[in-house]
Amino acid sequence: MSQHSLTSAPAKALVPMAGEAGVLKHLWWNFADTYIVMKRNLMYFVREPQLLIFATVQPIMFLVLFTYVFGGVISFSTGGDYINYLMPGIVIQSIIFASSNTTVGLSLDLSRGMIDRFRSLPMSRAAVLAGRTAADTVRGFFTISIMLMAGYVIGFRFADWGTGLAGLLLAVAFGYAFTWISATIGLLVKDPEAAQVAGFIWLFPLTFASSIFVPTRTMPDWLRTFAENQPVSIVAGTVRELMTGTVNPDGIATSLAWIIGIVVVFMPLAVRQYAKVASR
Amino acid sequence: MPQNESIIADNVVKHFGDIKALDGVSLAAETGKVLGLLGPNGAGKTTLVRILTTLLKPDSGRVVVGGLDVLRQKQRVREIIGLAGQYAAVDEILTGRENLVMVGRLYHMPRHIAKQRAAELLEQFALTDAADRSVKTYSGGMRRRLDLAASMVARPNILFLDEPTTGLDARARIAMWETIRELVSDGTTLLLTTQYLEEADELADLIVVIDHGRVIAEGTADQLKANMAADFIDITVANPLQVAQASELLRPLSSEAPQTDDQRGHVVLSVESGVQSVAEVVRLLDGEDIHIAELNLRRPTLNDVFLSITGEAIIEEEAKPKRRGFGRRRSA
Repeated sequence: MSQHSLTSAPAKALVPMAGEAGVLKHLWWNFADTYIVMKRNLMYFVREPQLLIFATVQPIMFLVLFTYVFGGVISFSTGGDYINYLMPGIVIQSIIFASSNTTVGLSLDLSRGMIDRFRSLPMSRAAVLAGRTAADTVRGFFTISIMLMAGYVIGFRFADWGTGLAGLLLAVAFGYAFTWISATIGLLVKDPEAAQVAGFIWLFPLTFASSIFVPTRTMPDWLRTFAENQPVSIVAGTVRELMTGTVNPDGIATSLAWIIGIVVVFMPLAVRQYAKVASR
Repeated sequence: MPQNESIIADNVVKHFGDIKALDGVSLAAETGKVLGLLGPNGAGKTTLVRILTTLLKPDSGRVVVGGLDVLRQKQRVREIIGLAGQYAAVDEILTGRENLVMVGRLYHMPRHIAKQRAAELLEQFALTDAADRSVKTYSGGMRRRLDLAASMVARPNILFLDEPTTGLDARARIAMWETIRELVSDGTTLLLTTQYLEEADELADLIVVIDHGRVIAEGTADQLKANMAADFIDITVANPLQVAQASELLRPLSSEAPQTDDQRGHVVLSVESGVQSVAEVVRLLDGEDIHIAELNLRRPTLNDVFLSITGEAIIEEEAKPKRRGFGRRRSA
């Protein structure tokens, strides 16, 4: 590139060239880029007050409504304090819905040309998605933390703090897995308005045909079979056990298997779609 | 490989399903020069830019940027190019400064260098006063400038600007031309796409005209114009109902039928020598009591060039911003 010798001197000093960097440097850049993208995505959360309010008020509203509207009736069939039944379930529901942010966020970035900008930079290819899913997981964690605090006020208690926090972690990990499904959907849908709907419509059957709000006992057989074996119920059940002080190794193993399975399937799908997606 | 060409596309083909977006496009931009890629909407300009900037893979063809094979050395190409796409791809929620620092960091600059570079660029693009405001508050022109600044963060030698002034008003467009001229004055190679003929005329050293995914003409603005009839006479008749009559009357003066616009009362006549024909035009129209509201003698514009090559005019209307209008950021 002799023709550039005059003008490329400052560029060389300015931007480290990947060709001259070692494996460790590349590995570090992967993390650094992911962190930068994550930080950028979290800025939306911090700077848009209505997002923050929505993310806080909605789960509290759900919690209060479910507890006081259904609580009395449902307590009969759960055979105990409904808040302790509901809380873990609603934690799972909230973190899953928070993960649908990924769909909308990615489709917005696509339609606004941000993805093109990122892709034209010599940054880590994985960072745009990894930073996005990480940021939305942090948001989800924030949401359920608020929710647990609100729950505490109206009577929810961890039976055991150790297992309770383990349950919380499991819920966050499940939410993280779901952000990869959401990412795949966002990159497939592309259009931001369609993504608004596509992002969470599929979550309704998963969250309501489950053991999140009510025991599955009273459901018709066909629905019960689905409801008892789908991942949301399984993970919600395990989180519930952990939060109420029970350690069930089988449940934990199955939940982890679902989480890992979802990530293993959807992470490559999302990455592949990202690589080939065109902005318009 | 010719070393004096920074951007080379050689017989590039790209299909989207059944649609042939690029049908064997070849072009080359000389190092340090501005290549204007001119064509109407849907001609394939953006597709070619996306291929040259590693965003899209061509079905076939060879693409070389800065001496690097774009298909094989994507990351290295990304280190030496700057791209400002059709949409001002800047983050609304961040401030102007934060946008530029983020881009610098993604080029793996150390933080203090990224900050310093951001400050330089803000100064250069007259954004210092707005630097710490969120981009949401920026005007269209400011966003474009910031977008351009973002593409300059790594001081690229090769720059791609895809319709840099689409959606800007006339004043902002002219300001943007000034900025672009300054950018390339230091020897940066620029490939610029535009649907504005005037813009290609103003900025480009070499113009490549594409339509329906094919190169249909190539040359300097003067060369393209030289292939045309010598002069044009634009006539506006006072009574638009007389357009057909006027056109008929003037037909013998030209080798081609005049172009007409009934609604606006326009008749455009191409002639060998404008000065000699003007008197004749006035005499003929006057003889039939057709009043002339306006008469202009002019050299051919690129619009005429395009019309003569493709048979279709490029519509010079204010291009609408193509961004979809969704105000909501997020719900549910």
